[in-house]
Amino acid sequence: MASRRPARRLVLTALCRAFSGRGCQLAPERGAERRDAAPSRVSRFCPPRKSRHDWIGPPDKYSNLRPIHFYIPENESPLEQKLRELRQETQEWNQQFWADQNLTFHKEKEEFVRSRLKAKGLDLRTESGQKATLNAEEMADFYKEFLSKNFQKHMYYNRDWYKRNFAITFFMGKVALERIWNKLRPKQKTSS
Amino acid sequence: MAASPHTLSSRLLTGWGGGCIWYLERRATRQSPRRFLHLLRNVNQQWVTFQHFNFLRRMYVTQLNRSLKQQIKPKPEPAESPFLEKTSLDEAKAEICEMRPLVPPSLPLSRKPSEKALIGLEPASVTEGSVALGRETKEEKQWKEMKLRADDLPGILARLSKIKLTALVVSTTSAGFALAPAPFDWSCFLLTFVGTGLASCAANSINQFFEVPFDSNMNRTKNRPLVRGQISPLLAVSFATCCAVPGVALLTWGVNPLTGALGLFNIFLYTCCYTPLKRVSIANTWVGAVVGAIPPVMGWTAATGSLDAGACLLGGILYSWQFPHFNALSWGLREDYSRGGYCMMSVTHPALCRRVALRHCLALLAMCAAAPALDVTTWTFPVISLPINLYISYLGFRFYRDADRKSSRKLFFCSLWHLPLLLLLMLTCKRRVGEEGAGAPQS
Repeated sequence: MASRRPARRLVLTALCRAFSGRGCQLAPERGAERRDAAPSRVSRFCPPRKSRHDWIGPPDKYSNLRPIHFYIPENESPLEQKLRELRQETQEWNQQFWADQNLTFHKEKEEFVRSRLKAKGLDLRTESGQKATLNAEEMADFYKEFLSKNFQKHMYYNRDWYKRNFAITFFMGKVALERIWNKLRPKQKTSS
Repeated sequence: MAASPHTLSSRLLTGWGGGCIWYLERRATRQSPRRFLHLLRNVNQQWVTFQHFNFLRRMYVTQLNRSLKQQIKPKPEPAESPFLEKTSLDEAKAEICEMRPLVPPSLPLSRKPSEKALIGLEPASVTEGSVALGRETKEEKQWKEMKLRADDLPGILARLSKIKLTALVVSTTSAGFALAPAPFDWSCFLLTFVGTGLASCAANSINQFFEVPFDSNMNRTKNRPLVRGQISPLLAVSFATCCAVPGVALLTWGVNPLTGALGLFNIFLYTCCYTPLKRVSIANTWVGAVVGAIPPVMGWTAATGSLDAGACLLGGILYSWQFPHFNALSWGLREDYSRGGYCMMSVTHPALCRRVALRHCLALLAMCAAAPALDVTTWTFPVISLPINLYISYLGFRFYRDADRKSSRKLFFCSLWHLPLLLLLMLTCKRRVGEEGAGAPQS
């Protein structure tokens, strides 16, 4: 694997990349496999061949989370693979939770507005043809109810999110140290 | 113990604090020149087609056994462009030229590949390419490479550490330092200033590190660096550690252990108590108020070395101020809080929210009256601060009674100027050491 950068910048670049927490190693451009690691909903995007970094996309319509397309280097170590898979899985899990959360919220909000308007004897549309809305005080009942109804679900999510976040960061640290160690070791074949 | 330099430095401090905030704000929001150029190029389609033109000219198109495939053997690029435009261009090129079943009609296979012929064909293929580019790069342009650039880093770290909030925190610490009944020591002041600033940066970074998916879903916070992927979680945590360790060390060994302990405690309270508690119980608001009250106390203990009544009073004033400020702010964010799963008084206990805000506006009045009794200020202070305290109490009462967006916004914006003005008035009415109780106002 030929290095593309001058040797004097190697250590600095390694440190930079190591701390960037992304799966980017020097790899020959032509041979790099472009396996689609992202789930099908974001697979329309394909990063350029020459890129050796992850790519992050616009916020998802439903979950408001930004999908990441993970770069898979050819010489990915088992630790790096584990990190990438963990990040991928967390991304999918987060995506599912928030998409579901937001959709449920909007659906229940609509139902609430409809039922309140009906109870007041008003139409769903005003005279001007616009959608009728309730004022903030009436909506507050809904917000309070939604929050208390989903409290347990939020607790479980919080606990899992904190665990995953710590695990990902911890593995990023391990991968960074592994890369620094590999770069500083004298001219040996990199092994995990 | 020089009285005049002390007065002057106190005044300079507040003015300087304000100036600092403004300056840091400008810095944090200023875009780097490179990004600006990049935006220009993004807009200018002519540049895109020119690049395309040049790229095609360097390409050699070869035929393969009459198949419809085209294989490209590109010449090595002369220099790797840092601009995203180029990379998305390459990607679009790869798609067009790679395995398309449809060959651009302007490029018949029988033609011999020659550079002259290519140039002749280029205008047509350029137009075709541009159309395809337009379709594909619209979504792709929104994808960004997660590559950290050195010149972006200061701006990113400024946003990660919530530099504006940090500046406000540091100015309350400076006010606490200036109000303390001790000779003004510039070196001690600077150490406190830097140490508190670093501690605040660390706490804010960890807070953002914990809250990525929640921040993504709220309008107020969706442009934070971790949400946008401009920085990795590892780097955020490393930055926080690199701020916390020197910050607390500076406070502990450069100032005094009490201030260091308070700084460390405040970081812990904010990151490990307030942040998780936001999603569990409304008690988070009271914990958050304590977090806001500690910095001026730290300023005081840095100057005097002890936690006396004056420090507690100052902390109490900041503590009470947090409630009208935050409760009014959260009134307009109820939908986002509910959807994000945040337990805030404004969502779950709206009446309590307004009651607490009003209660603490009145508490501010009481504490300002107690200031001279504790020898922090002269008796002039409660008198001259009465108008602004009455005004904020009036707005608190309106918020309590009307409970609408308009009154909440008025209360919130009032709290933004009320606090700096109150601190300034306190500074001007500071009780000089050795002075009698009923002193005239220092001017």
